[in-house]
Amino acid sequence: MKAADAVRRFLGASSPEEVCFTTGEVEANNLAILGAVGEFTRLSTQGFCGRPARQGGKIVISAVEPVSVMFPAEMLEKKGLKVVKVPVDGEGFLDTDGLSEAVDEETRLVSVGLVNNEVGAIQPLREVVELVKDRNHDAIVHTDASDAYGRIRFDVKELGVDLATLSSYKILGPRGVGVLYVKEGTKIERVIEGPIGTQALWPGVENTPLIVGFKKASELAFTDFDSNVEHMRRLRDHLIDGLLSMEDAILNGPRGKGRAPDNANVSFLRCEGESLTIELSLKGVYVSSGSACTRKMLQPSHVLIALGREHEAAHGSILMKVSRYHSDEDVKYVVEAFGPALERLRAIGPTARG
Amino acid sequence: MSRAPLPYSSRILELFKNPKNAGKMTDATVSAEAGSPVCGDIITIYLKVGEDMVISRASFESYGCAANIATASMLTEMVKGKKVEEAWNIGWKEVADEVGGLPAVKFHCGILAVGALRRAVREYFSARTPKPAWLPEQDTFEEKQALDEENLARELSKRLNASKDQQDSR
Repeated sequence: MKAADAVRRFLGASSPEEVCFTTGEVEANNLAILGAVGEFTRLSTQGFCGRPARQGGKIVISAVEPVSVMFPAEMLEKKGLKVVKVPVDGEGFLDTDGLSEAVDEETRLVSVGLVNNEVGAIQPLREVVELVKDRNHDAIVHTDASDAYGRIRFDVKELGVDLATLSSYKILGPRGVGVLYVKEGTKIERVIEGPIGTQALWPGVENTPLIVGFKKASELAFTDFDSNVEHMRRLRDHLIDGLLSMEDAILNGPRGKGRAPDNANVSFLRCEGESLTIELSLKGVYVSSGSACTRKMLQPSHVLIALGREHEAAHGSILMKVSRYHSDEDVKYVVEAFGPALERLRAIGPTARG
Repeated sequence: MSRAPLPYSSRILELFKNPKNAGKMTDATVSAEAGSPVCGDIITIYLKVGEDMVISRASFESYGCAANIATASMLTEMVKGKKVEEAWNIGWKEVADEVGGLPAVKFHCGILAVGALRRAVREYFSARTPKPAWLPEQDTFEEKQALDEENLARELSKRLNASKDQQDSR
């Protein structure tokens, strides 16, 4: 309970009961999406949160939500719910007019991530909440705040959201633990059945060591917060500038204050991303890519496609995050590693004939 | 040490690091490409074929993942010194075996490499008569698969452009 209370304070929640520990971001997002329309995930047509089950309804998400939001929503679509994906602009910011159009009387849930996990765009969440509640007061607003927590300041009460997801590993805490913030009174049901212990929405026995680890990671993330964030922002900009100085490099996502302080995402044309991640790993630089080749689905990042990137740019994308533990030397090393890696891989590419 | 997103064999990683026969062949007798930038997968195969119908040299260019580079490199090694007919008969599974096995999601890399090679062989005989009896009229499995991937890519980019137009007209 001490851990729940500590996390509550960092979030701006009212009570520790509003903090539900899960096994991570993916489970917290599933609980938020599936739990908010509980009767769709149950076998019977029994009531939902003490009311009779409703048929139909709509879920509105942004086109750049992580797959742990998108896939549960798409699963519900197959079960008969309407799902609307609101587009974003070329930098990844939500089309708020599109959101207004999409939200109506039958909307049950709206989910918009506070910070996009791939391109770092910080969404205008307060405006989103106001827009949604204005059109439908009963609609639940969820935000996956995994990429915001510990890196940008926010307060769930100030934002006005009903549900918010946090992840431990994304703030350098242990893997396998996360949180769903659930504002008191929010109509949501658990999606996993079992013996109810201390948490109403998550049955079973919590993993205390991981939860304590998450609490500690949170405390560290919020110690010297402003100077740490400033440090990350400076490194991020050095990294982005260094990478954009390479030939045929395109920044994905916005620049400046609208971008999360830790996020750098650059596409390299004429170079396939999976190859590039392996080549860089040979030099101790571990990064990820939105290329189809890095995924089991063999489709490039839906986020980059939603930003209007061509497939080739998405295949050549590299995503990096800086942390408070990185240094200027680290960034310099990384930027220097890209030059020869790009050169070698581009030299064997057929697109080089141009 | 390398960190690959998939369980690649050490042979694949070795060929990725030090590919053999990489690069365009300026004096190639024939060349052919398979794949599409939309799928993030292109292999070009170049062959130098002598009057005796023996492939004296082979090279490749690749835009793609480590498996793509490794299979293309391996295939060019396998065909060197072989008669065109023998090269034609190399199936994607043989290439996959030679690189120490491919992860299931990367089977198509081996298929694409063989697809490009067979296109090059067809191209070679397109200007020659009579066509050899062993050369089938119909596309083989690897050629069909390569074509399917290219069609899928076209479909994807068509869909993408359609949704862009839709957004622009909003």
